[in-house]
Amino acid sequence: MQLTEKHKEYWQKTLRMTGLLLFIWFVATFVVEWFARELNAITFIGPLGFYMSAQGSLIIYVLIIWFYARYMNKLDNEYGVQEGEED
Amino acid sequence: MSQITQSQFAANLKKYYTFYTGGFIAFVIVVGILEQMGVPSKILGYMFLFATIMLYAGIGFMSKTSEVGEYYVAGRRVPAFFNGMATGADWMSAASFIGMAGTLYHAGYDGLAFVTGWTGGYCLVALFLAPYLRKFGQFTIPDFLGARFGGHIPRFIGVVAAITCSFTYVIAQIYGVGIITSRFTGLEFGIGVFVGLAGILVCSFLGGMKAVTWTQVAQYIILIVAYMIPVVWLSVKQTGVPIPQIVAYTSVLPKVDALAKEFNDKATPKGAKEEEVRVIFRDRAAAADAKLKGLETGGAAFLSGEKDKLAAKVAELKAAAAPDVKAVEAAEKAVKDFPADPAAAKAAWTKEKAGAAARAAPTKIHSAPYAGKDEAAQNKARKNFLALVMCLMVGTAALPHILMRYYTTPSVKEARVSVFWSLFFIFLLYFTAPSLAVLVKGEVYGNLVGSSFSALPAWVSNWATVDKTLMNIADINKDGIIQLAEIVIGGDLIVLATPEIAGLPYVISGLVAAGGLAAALSTADGLLLTIANALSHDLYYKMIDPNAPTVRRIAVSKGLLLVVALLAAYVTSLKPGDILFLVGAAFSLAASGFFPALVCGVFWKRANKLGAILGMAGGLFTCAYYMYLTYPFFGVNAPLWWDINPISAGTFGIPVGFLGVIVGSLITPAPSKEVQDLVDHVRYPNLVGDIDTSGR
Repeated sequence: MQLTEKHKEYWQKTLRMTGLLLFIWFVATFVVEWFARELNAITFIGPLGFYMSAQGSLIIYVLIIWFYARYMNKLDNEYGVQEGEED
Repeated sequence: MSQITQSQFAANLKKYYTFYTGGFIAFVIVVGILEQMGVPSKILGYMFLFATIMLYAGIGFMSKTSEVGEYYVAGRRVPAFFNGMATGADWMSAASFIGMAGTLYHAGYDGLAFVTGWTGGYCLVALFLAPYLRKFGQFTIPDFLGARFGGHIPRFIGVVAAITCSFTYVIAQIYGVGIITSRFTGLEFGIGVFVGLAGILVCSFLGGMKAVTWTQVAQYIILIVAYMIPVVWLSVKQTGVPIPQIVAYTSVLPKVDALAKEFNDKATPKGAKEEEVRVIFRDRAAAADAKLKGLETGGAAFLSGEKDKLAAKVAELKAAAAPDVKAVEAAEKAVKDFPADPAAAKAAWTKEKAGAAARAAPTKIHSAPYAGKDEAAQNKARKNFLALVMCLMVGTAALPHILMRYYTTPSVKEARVSVFWSLFFIFLLYFTAPSLAVLVKGEVYGNLVGSSFSALPAWVSNWATVDKTLMNIADINKDGIIQLAEIVIGGDLIVLATPEIAGLPYVISGLVAAGGLAAALSTADGLLLTIANALSHDLYYKMIDPNAPTVRRIAVSKGLLLVVALLAAYVTSLKPGDILFLVGAAFSLAASGFFPALVCGVFWKRANKLGAILGMAGGLFTCAYYMYLTYPFFGVNAPLWWDINPISAGTFGIPVGFLGVIVGSLITPAPSKEVQDLVDHVRYPNLVGDIDTSGR
């Protein structure tokens, strides 16, 4: 099995997207929670620091996974590594 | 299997489950009508218990199979949407369904570590594991370790890690099953455990993963309906708006925080009343402390002296002109319950002191993060919060019973979408729990506190008579008015009592119990199957007898399932310690043992056998060793490392795991061409001239 340049590019793009989404995940979790006391001074559906950990960050997680599935399934087709039809 | 296409199959499933949901709602309505006709609530409780267990057993029976692919991975034809529901039920345990809102009620912001930790972990599942494991596509997680790193040792460590964390976790689940069945039917705890167990076994025993999958979808529907109805109703009752997830934070939370501040301010009328009660508890704590000091210096002599004093008091009360019957009874009970020896006395009084001191403490501000008396203590709380979130997230992405679910989708594409549906269905419950905690707190702070003891709301007096550990209320300062410090609420009460607080009929309480049971059973199903598969597939078939015929493989798996289930039920009936710690320990162990090796296996071609062995064994050992050193149960009580609590032992296990993989891999040669090809194989959903790893 020999990987072509195109295959390598596909993997590079996968890694880049994985890294980007991981960064968003990290900010939405650890940075937000580190500054929870400071964020509570802002009011957005209740104190913001509390709201983020109770709901805001969770919405971001759902969106991260939704976007990843959509992006990767498109990328598969673009680079011709998609699976055959299941039916 | 019949020759219907995947899309027809999915369409049929939608039809079946729509019918099923309709049928279930009709059943609830019928029970509601029976209640109105005067059928006693105990009978209604039995109806819910047995109807749902029979239903799960029925699905298990219809899905019975002895085909390997069906038994281990449900034939790999579970559509993303339904796999998402099944994962949701697999994931949400009794701790999530019943315990979480209570934890949030008591801990306020600091309890949210569980909410973010148990959802954010799915980002790691989606980005690092699910699609790649699906492409690899065999039966268990140790399968991947065995193929990727070669040889029996990585697989064997994988088996040990899978069994350790799953068994720890399953005990917590069976415990939950016992509590729910005993509370709603009056059966004894031990019998409740075995009734629930029967439900688990019929299902997974007959049909393995196939039966478990379709049962879990059914269980998810019950549990989410049961969770949502009372919360939405409570929200309507309190605020007039049926969206608790918003209105709890915009209108109830500010009131709750303002009231908490008022309770803590002695200058306000409410604060002064609270202080009155707190002073009494402070005195009690001091008295307990004095007794402890006396015991330390006086020993057994002091103990008998104390007992004599109590006996003298009984005599004195009896000798009075008009003896106060209640006071005499109380004093006699105090003599009867008096600790028998100095060790028992020390334990009892230490507990008494801690309990009184806790009730004398100021009210927690719900939305304020990181409780602590000064800056240093708050920063320590923050550090532990983040460490716990980290361990829960990484543990989520390493628990074999969850990862296994992504083997069951038809394709890599569906696996990716399936993680989205999984988190979406989990999110529905997890973003409701914090708002439920706030709503109940609003009810307690705003309505219960300040009302009169002579007119307790029905839900308070009901639960206070049913179970003192859940609801304990007493007029400490004898003013006839309820103060917050006079109420002790057990965490589990929040979810269990919500229907009554919202003024709903008993049928909804029965529904909530059925939901809690569904949550505990579904998780226990998945965990038991994981343990039995690790033993039968990885240990027996792959390592001991690779020539075993299919029939014997399935038979061994079913036999082991029975043995493991009975063993787990036996261990549970001994009631071992703290459920929350058991759960936390399972996550830390999984995070340290699996995550580094699995992720490096996909993302780093250079990772090899020695790396995996060092990483997994090192991570597991570090994690277990730290728990042994610091968790009070083991009695070592060594000083904490960097103030990290034992529940977050993974904080040390995970880095050691990664370090082990890196060092071990670099000091030995790179893996063979075949293994590197395997890595490419899992990275690309489809390659020309690809190898085939799907174990049919």
